[in-house]
Amino acid sequence: MRITQNSEDARLPISVPLLSSHYSLLSSRAKRGICCSPLSKEAADSSSLSLLGMTRRFLRRSSQLITLSLAVFAFLGAGDQSARVNDLGHRMMCVCGCNQILLECNHVGCAYSDRMRAELVAAVDRGDNDDLTLQGFVQKYGTTVMAAPTKTGFNRVAWIMPYLTLVLGLGTVVLIIGVWRGRGGNGEGGGGIGGGGSGGPGSGPEFERFRDQARKDTET
Amino acid sequence: MSQIGSFALLLALALSAYSFLGGLMALVIKGPGSGRLGETARRAGIASFAIVFLAAVVLVVAAFQNDFSIAYIFHHSNRELPAPYKFATLWSGQEGSLLFWSLLLSAYGLVLRLRYKTDVRLFAHASVIIAAVQVFFLLLLNFAAHPFAVMQGSLPPDGNGLNPLLQYPEMVIHPPMLYLGYVGFTVPFAFALAALIMRYPGEKWIQITRRWTMVTWGFLTCGVFLGAHWAYSVLGWGGYWGWDPVENASLMPWLTGTAFLHSVMMQEKRGMLKTWNMWLIFSTFMLSIFGTFLTRSGVVSSVHAFAQSSIGDWFVAFLAIIFATCLFFYVKNRSHLRTEHKLESLISRESSFLFNNLLLLVACFTVLWGTLFPVLSEWVQGTKVTVGPPFFNRVNVPVALLLLLLTAVGPLLAWRRTSVESLKRNFLWPAVGALVAGVLLVALGMKPWTDVSYFYSLMTIMLSALVALTVVSEFIRGGRVIGRHTGQNLFASMVQLAHRNTRRYGGYIVHFGVIVIMIGFAGAVFNQDKEQEMGFGDKMTIGAYTLVCQSYTQDDNPNYGSEWAVMNVFKGGKQIATLNPERRFYKASQQTSTMVANRSTPQEDLYVVYEGQNLDTGRPIIKVHLNPLVMWIWVGVWIIIAGTVVALIPNAVPVRVPAPVRLRAEPVGAGD
Repeated sequence: MRITQNSEDARLPISVPLLSSHYSLLSSRAKRGICCSPLSKEAADSSSLSLLGMTRRFLRRSSQLITLSLAVFAFLGAGDQSARVNDLGHRMMCVCGCNQILLECNHVGCAYSDRMRAELVAAVDRGDNDDLTLQGFVQKYGTTVMAAPTKTGFNRVAWIMPYLTLVLGLGTVVLIIGVWRGRGGNGEGGGGIGGGGSGGPGSGPEFERFRDQARKDTET
Repeated sequence: MSQIGSFALLLALALSAYSFLGGLMALVIKGPGSGRLGETARRAGIASFAIVFLAAVVLVVAAFQNDFSIAYIFHHSNRELPAPYKFATLWSGQEGSLLFWSLLLSAYGLVLRLRYKTDVRLFAHASVIIAAVQVFFLLLLNFAAHPFAVMQGSLPPDGNGLNPLLQYPEMVIHPPMLYLGYVGFTVPFAFALAALIMRYPGEKWIQITRRWTMVTWGFLTCGVFLGAHWAYSVLGWGGYWGWDPVENASLMPWLTGTAFLHSVMMQEKRGMLKTWNMWLIFSTFMLSIFGTFLTRSGVVSSVHAFAQSSIGDWFVAFLAIIFATCLFFYVKNRSHLRTEHKLESLISRESSFLFNNLLLLVACFTVLWGTLFPVLSEWVQGTKVTVGPPFFNRVNVPVALLLLLLTAVGPLLAWRRTSVESLKRNFLWPAVGALVAGVLLVALGMKPWTDVSYFYSLMTIMLSALVALTVVSEFIRGGRVIGRHTGQNLFASMVQLAHRNTRRYGGYIVHFGVIVIMIGFAGAVFNQDKEQEMGFGDKMTIGAYTLVCQSYTQDDNPNYGSEWAVMNVFKGGKQIATLNPERRFYKASQQTSTMVANRSTPQEDLYVVYEGQNLDTGRPIIKVHLNPLVMWIWVGVWIIIAGTVVALIPNAVPVRVPAPVRLRAEPVGAGD
């Protein structure tokens, strides 16, 4: 099965800009932390807390909290973007003719995959949604760039048929079982205890009793 | 050399045609001489094996002698090709692989014709059908894909060489295994059609073909997974199954063959599903031919492009003839296929087989549908769409999970009907065990609610645990019963148990192998990969491993030039291995190939690919995949092979145990 999932995708074109944004946020947060600590101590040592002081402290705490939230949000966002690139990259094929999923094409110097990956990262960084990104690729490289049929128009049939077959098949099997169960004694005369058409009585309460007994005694 | 080969092929065609027509006349015309005519037809069939074998030997000898006057040898071999691959030249291209197909078919025919005394008339019918199939392949070889066609103009000094992707040890055994599977299904097909044509009384033909079918299925299983292992080791994309049309072509007959192996038990035990089984084996054979058509026609794009040509029309015509023949005799003799028994309960072994067959056929249909949808789409909307792994994984994984559930439940059900109490008794502890496995996995950090693939992975492992526990409990329960009567220890009792009903317990072992494979598949959700340009001393970390590039270098030999890196692998600060990923450039064919360096452990595979060099810096680009649990896939295949072998062993004479009641009966809940 070609199910691959890149954890913290290490492709440089994807991870470098995201990581650099994390580092800048973290460093700014660290700087603030250094300059804030003595002020906090000062405030704690102060015997009379004025309204102004409280407001200052509140503002400081708020700014710390906002910075922290932004950092966390940025981390989450970065993870999302990386995951989106990974997800979208696995929904498209490399169009060089290798028949491989875009992010799995392993041809060094492939004329298409590197360029397509860069375009994908750019689209995600731009904030294009999934549909828009995929649509852009379809327009540029044709419908064969999609690794699976879309769920629109005739392509929908591709997705419906397997499930429809399963449902119809299940219905048919249940129907067959119902019909067979309802078929009173048809051909049962040939049924021996072990099956397979050997002779012997096939019905009656006594037979059922023997059969239950046999089942109990021989069941392993 | 080419004249000997060409003559041998013509002679083989004449002999096979005689075997077919002579045999047919002997069956149709019931006169005093029909017996002798039938015997000559049988002997002609046997002789055709010797002649096709001669043709195959001639082609192999031509490869070893570098006889580039034969176009096939020129296109698929070269002087520096190592000896094993020169041998593999036989099946490396279109014409040679058709000759190989014909050789295997004549070999199967030989065995069948030598064992004709088992049932002279049935075997005579089957022999005629096999001869007819053989005539088709020999017609192809003589008139459409001649392996001994000669080169025009001046003789080339060297050949084009073998496709680099095929220059891998597994490629010496993968195609033969696959072909043994494909071709082998001709035998049960021939017996089934023969039984239908002659309105064969009873189910003896199924007992005769049972071993043929199992052996064939075993070969096909080996062939499919050897192909997967080859793809994993050579193609270098980190996966083993890409849903390529040709991979799909091998999977489809495997699925219908598996369905047949299950449902045929209903016919043997209960005289049911006769029509269904007949069409299942017909379909399996037709899908084998269809797979060959897909590989060679170029109707769908595939990585197996080395075998494309214009012989697709021949296969379409052949498929049409097969279908028409099967349909004609089915319509004519369908009254012979009336079921003998009714189905008594929804909770019974029979029902489980019905659902099992349904799911296997839905999986087969889905694969066929996905493979052909690009063609259909082009026909309907004028544009070809791609149907790749996301489609197949999405639609097939739920079906596979349902099949796993049935694999767990089915063997616990008795023939005819199962009491709910009995089901509860047998099912309770395995179900609890599966739930515990699921809870443990979630406690260990698996979050099935975050992504559907994690959910599927968790379900796969839970259901696999369920199957494993039911199989183990079946062995233990049966072993205890025998142990109580014989005084043997549990292990010896279980061995004896399996020996008493090899087919049933061999089947359980096969089921166990299947779940081991499924666990291997489930690991794919946790795959990781990383790519980096690595100079001397550069490090890359993935999972718990750190790879350090010790050096990179180049080498050259007459067959290929190569570049490779020496990567030291560290785990927990300790060096645990040195890997040498390599990339080769084959001189004759002017093509490159990857030699993956893989450190495989039960926990995970560290799969290192040398992707090439950065032309600016001259440093290698290394891609590393960390693929959990992959080793279990290959272990599972070995277990399946072991189970198949067990199922092929004849049953031992049952231990005589004094019956506790007067009634002497075969076990209802037991059996295959």
